[in-house]
Amino acid sequence: MNETDIKFLEDSFKKYYFNHFDLISSPQRTPEREFGYQKFNSGMFRHISLKDDKELHLLFMQNIPSDVYCSNAYYSFPNSPMSEKDWKEADLIFDIDAKDLDLSCRKNHTISICNECNEVSKDVNQCEKCNSTKLEKKSLPCKNCIDASKIEVNKLSNVLIDDLGIDKENIYVYFSGNEGFHVYVFNSQFQKIGSKERSELVDYIMFRGVIPETFGMKKFKPNRSLFPDFNQKGWNGRFSKQVFGSKSKRSKIISELLDNGYSSFQKLLDNVSENIGVKIDPNVTMDIHRIFRLPGSINSKSGLTKILCTDLTKFDPYTDACFLNDDSVEVLANCPIEFKLKNKKFGPYINEKISLPTYAAVYLICKKLAIIA
Amino acid sequence: MLVLGQDEKAKYPFLADAGEYLKDKGFSLVQFGSDPVLKLSVEKALHRIKVAAAGEVYKSDLIDGQASKDYVLEREVFSFLLAIVLIKLTGMSTLIKRFALAEARRAENYLEKDLGNASNKSKIDLATRIIYDLFNIEIIKENDFFVIPVSDYLKHSVTFHEREWKLINRHVENGKVFLTPDKTVRLIRKELGNYISSKIINAPKPSMIPGLENIVDELILISKKLTPTYTIITGEYPPCIKHAIDVLEKGENLPHSGRFMLATFLLSRGQTVQQIAPLFKNAPDYNPRVTFYQLNHLAGTSGSATKYTCPSCEKLKTQDLCFITKECDNIINPLQFGKKRKQ
Ligand code: SF4
Ligand SMILES: [Zn+2]
Ligand SMILES: [Zn+2]
Repeated sequence: MNETDIKFLEDSFKKYYFNHFDLISSPQRTPEREFGYQKFNSGMFRHISLKDDKELHLLFMQNIPSDVYCSNAYYSFPNSPMSEKDWKEADLIFDIDAKDLDLSCRKNHTISICNECNEVSKDVNQCEKCNSTKLEKKSLPCKNCIDASKIEVNKLSNVLIDDLGIDKENIYVYFSGNEGFHVYVFNSQFQKIGSKERSELVDYIMFRGVIPETFGMKKFKPNRSLFPDFNQKGWNGRFSKQVFGSKSKRSKIISELLDNGYSSFQKLLDNVSENIGVKIDPNVTMDIHRIFRLPGSINSKSGLTKILCTDLTKFDPYTDACFLNDDSVEVLANCPIEFKLKNKKFGPYINEKISLPTYAAVYLICKKLAIIA
Repeated sequence: MLVLGQDEKAKYPFLADAGEYLKDKGFSLVQFGSDPVLKLSVEKALHRIKVAAAGEVYKSDLIDGQASKDYVLEREVFSFLLAIVLIKLTGMSTLIKRFALAEARRAENYLEKDLGNASNKSKIDLATRIIYDLFNIEIIKENDFFVIPVSDYLKHSVTFHEREWKLINRHVENGKVFLTPDKTVRLIRKELGNYISSKIINAPKPSMIPGLENIVDELILISKKLTPTYTIITGEYPPCIKHAIDVLEKGENLPHSGRFMLATFLLSRGQTVQQIAPLFKNAPDYNPRVTFYQLNHLAGTSGSATKYTCPSCEKLKTQDLCFITKECDNIINPLQFGKKRKQ
């Protein structure tokens, strides 16, 4: 990124931070957390410990970071090297990202930028100008992406509450600032469990590693009375809804399942897993030493804010997470698809010099689809 | 700490404080070397160790954890405490390992029975309290099941390799896992074994008791004859084989397919049936006769002309027995492990 663009982004971010410290929720037990940050065009600074809000604000104003992170873990010595931090516990965190959901809309709003000649085009596998295959992909997620992610968040909440006994009040859903959501679980029975245990939880939530016996199918002498039913809690109930569809079909479908046998039941389970399993990123939840984007901070991939969603159904990231100002600025834009921010439509722009409100200019510059003119 | 009745001490003798127990009964250790009546307890202790050394579980004189005579119960506890003294006197770690394992199995049986005893609430209470006191797991009875917090379940089950133990294959509701009595006990098997062996290891080493020298010598001899399982593990083994040996050494159940893989692998590497058989000693369902028969069969020495060979990596993958690491280096059969492949 060039100097002028960086200067512009830093100025816009700084203004936001100066005016919106109220949105930056310093996490509970701040002194036990590890913080980290990045500046534009530079690497990551990690292993930082902060006493309180004041120090957190200072970090923002002094460094004007492009991104700020905070651990889900609590340590005795957060600023020591990893091996000496003395890990105490960690909040449970889930990452749901539209790019992992195999959505058909993706190709409509993915843009390819050629690394060789900088040609910008709609999703291609090869640069149309120089035939290079070194392409960088940028996505401008659409409403469908956000809606599909919300569905996964709701599926996740159900499993967390019904199966894992987590209080609704301890579940916090944040828009990630780009293409999905981060779900935080505080004060649960899982605070102290390690990475291996978390990976078991992940398999549970994703409905992975299921054996036929769990849903009533046995290798020898299978018995129809063992099959799950609608009124059962947890995966039994969800399985019933997915596989039987309606109460009237249950008996007939069980007969079919028994006829088809054990190994085809295993295949069925694998298919069912695609539908009812929650699509979370397993690596994120397993990692107990990771640092996560700090709520209230800006995501430099988009210029949008990572923000708490109090009403997920109504939440619209393109208005509710867009906090930068409207001051207009001249940019050279090259964005072949249209997008919407703060209820206003923008683009497409084909190598055009145009005047845009700051929030839209930042969005495009962060996506490498514009530069300051 | 738990307050135990005499019959409970007989079932779970590792919960009794050895010194206190003897004092309570008015005996001192030296008396066991000379007193002809007390010698019966010594013999029982010896028997108890021998049974454990053979990889079996000692069957006590209790019927359903009860005995008609008080002295029978007393002897049960004495023989356990004395067994520890004898083992300490031999100083053989193989004996500690075997004894702890066998005693854990024995206690497991009682715990399982006590938990499953729907009609007797005090027995269930005792079993759940033991589990709580020793392993800090809170178990609550709910209808026919025992429920434990998911996080506790995970801490213990992650070391199990069978898919059945994955959380997804358990009934989970409201942050709790529902378990049958046998699964509940199975969950803490390893800890129970560790608890008993640490009790033995931490017990002070007594000085030799006059009159027991011969018995101690006999035990040392027995212990030396035991092939410690690890001696046959020479050379670098592939992860799947190491894992299988590991499972057996921990006394966990290795599925039939796993035993087949292990046996055929070791046989191909030139080990004899006699060398391999002891590996299976710790298996929960160990039966020496059957094991030898099966091994001989695999080795092709028992009439059948077929000699079985180790399954391919691909096959083992489908059986959940593969634990591939980069050292496996694209081989197609575990037998190739460590040998340079032709390019
Ligand atoms: S790749 Fe082959 S040798 Fe390696 S662990 Fe898997 S089965 Fe064993
Ligand atoms: Zn190009
Ligand atoms: Zn989309």
